[in-house]
Amino acid sequence: MQLEAMYQEVILDHYRNPHNKGLREPYEGEAHHVNPTCGDEVTLRVHLEGEGQDARVADVSYDALGCSISQASASVMTDLVIGRSVKEAMAVGDEFLALMQSRGQGEPDEDVLEDAVAFAGVSQYPARIKCALLAWMAWKDATARALGEAS
Amino acid sequence: MSLLPEEIKKDFPLLARTVRGGRPLVYLDSGATSQKPTAVLEAEREFYERRNAAPHRGAHLLAEEATEAYESARATVASFIGGTPGEIVFTKNATEALNLVAYAMSNAATAGPEAERFRVGPGDEILVSEMEHHANLVPWQQLCRRTGATLRWFGLTDDGRLDLDDLDALLNERTKLVAVTHQSNVLGTVPPVERIAERARQVGALLVLDGAQSVPHQPVDVSRLGADFLVFSGHKMLGPTGIGVLWGRRELLEAMPPFLTGGSMIEVVRMEETTFAPPPQRFEAGVPMTAQAVGLAAACDYLTGIGMDRVHAHEEALVAYTLERLGEVPGVRVVGPRTTESRGGAVSFTVDDIHPHDVGQVLDELGVAVRVGHHCAWPICRRYGVPALTRATFYLYNTLADVDSLVDGVRKAQEFFGRR
Repeated sequence: MQLEAMYQEVILDHYRNPHNKGLREPYEGEAHHVNPTCGDEVTLRVHLEGEGQDARVADVSYDALGCSISQASASVMTDLVIGRSVKEAMAVGDEFLALMQSRGQGEPDEDVLEDAVAFAGVSQYPARIKCALLAWMAWKDATARALGEAS
Repeated sequence: MSLLPEEIKKDFPLLARTVRGGRPLVYLDSGATSQKPTAVLEAEREFYERRNAAPHRGAHLLAEEATEAYESARATVASFIGGTPGEIVFTKNATEALNLVAYAMSNAATAGPEAERFRVGPGDEILVSEMEHHANLVPWQQLCRRTGATLRWFGLTDDGRLDLDDLDALLNERTKLVAVTHQSNVLGTVPPVERIAERARQVGALLVLDGAQSVPHQPVDVSRLGADFLVFSGHKMLGPTGIGVLWGRRELLEAMPPFLTGGSMIEVVRMEETTFAPPPQRFEAGVPMTAQAVGLAAACDYLTGIGMDRVHAHEEALVAYTLERLGEVPGVRVVGPRTTESRGGAVSFTVDDIHPHDVGQVLDELGVAVRVGHHCAWPICRRYGVPALTRATFYLYNTLADVDSLVDGVRKAQEFFGRR
C-alpha cells in the first residue's frame, strides 16, 4: 500500500519523538514560516559559531505545529545540519530540495541525506512537498539572518 | 431518502472514475467545488458549437443569439433565487462579487450624490463575523484600510453559532454595512439572518449575505431574505468555474458606482469623461463569460428539476447520519453544531493525535476526497484552538455509503497512526 511508502517507519519515529525540538538560546537568527494552504507553522532559531559560509551550525532549535511529514522533516533536518559548516549544510539542503522536486523519480544519496531519504515517497504527492520543505526553508531563512544577509 | 443519489450519480460522468489504485471515488468535497452533470457540460458545448459570439456587440445573427443565450441565462438564475433579471450581475465568482461591492463603496467617495449611501470613512463601521470565509473578511478589512472605517465582528459560541448577545451594540447607528455568511463553509451553521436583517433595517445598514454555501444547498428566495446583496459561485452549484453572481436590490445597484471599468459598461465615452450604463451592465465590463452563464443556467434548471427542498432534505439526512456515525468513533470531535437544526452539509472535525493532513492522506488512499486545512477561514481554527480541520461536505449525489466510507477511513487512520 502507498501509505507505507509515504509514512516510512523512520518518519513516524521522528514524528513521535522529535529531535532538538523546543526553542533555545543563544541564537543569532530566527525565522517564522507558515504554510498558508494548511496553517502549519514553524519558528526556528539558528546559532552559529564563526563567520560566513565556514561558520559552524552550533545549534538549531524550533517550535512547530503541523502534520507528521512537516514535524518529522524538521527533526531530521536538525540532525543533518547541526555540527556542519553552513556551506555543507546548505549543500545537504539543496540535495533534499532536489529530492522533493523529483516527483518520485529521484535516487537519493543516503550518505548525504541519511534519514531524509525516507521522504522520497512524499515527492510523489505534490500537496505534501511543502510540508516536508517548511522547516528547511525556515532554516535557510534564519541562517541568512544569522549571517546578516537578510534584508 | 426522498432522493435517489445512486440514480443521480449517473448524471455525473466524473463520479464514475476510479482513483488511487482503481478504487471508486467517494467525493466529499463539494463545498470546495461540485461535480458537473452532463446537462451542464452539454449546454456549454452546445453554446460553443452553435451560438458562440460576443453578446451585446455587433448586429449579426450569432451576436443576437449569443445575447439571447446570455440574457436568458440571467433570467433563469434570477428566477432560481426569486429575483428579477435586472438585479443579477454576473461576476467571476463569489469572491469577485464581494470585492465588487467593497470597491464600489470606496469608489463612492468620488462618485455623485446618488452614491452617498455607499460612502464610508473614519467613524463608520463595517461588521462581519468570526466564521467568515476569507472572501467575506479580507475585502472588508481592506475597505476599512482604504477608507479609515472600523472593522468589527460577531464572535462565535462554543457550539459553533454566531454569538448575537451583543447584536444591538455591534450593529449600531455607525454600522454602514454588515456582511455575514448565509451558511458556514466550515461549521455548516446557518445564522439567523432574519434577526440580523431586522436590526440592520432599524439602523440603516446594508446587509450582504455570502451565499456561496447556501444557494447551492437550500431553497433561497431573495424576496423574503431581507438582504440587500447576496453573492454566490457557479462552480459550487453544479455549474462551471469562472462564473459567479451578485444579486442586489435594484435601487441599490442603480445608485452604486462601478468597480471594473471598460467596454460594455459605458453609456457615452469622450476623451474627457465617461458616463455609465444602468445595472447590471454597469458592473459587467468586458466580454462576459457567456458559455459559463449558459452552463450555470443549465445547472439551475437541473437543480430546479430535482427540487431544492429535496436537495436540502437529502443533505440534512446525510449530516444527521454523519454526526451519528462520527459520534461513535472515540477521539473524534465535531467542530460546529452537533444537531441538524439550522445547519447545512459541512461537517468539520478533529481526530485526537492525528493532524488533518495525515487523516486526509489516509482517506485519499482509500479513494475518499475530503478537504483538510483551515478552509479559507483561519479565524475559525483560532477560535476553536485547532491548527486545522478535516471537512466532509455533501451534495445531492452523495449516499449513506459515502458516509460509511468516511467513517471507515477515519478508523483506518487511527489504526495506521496508532499501531505503529
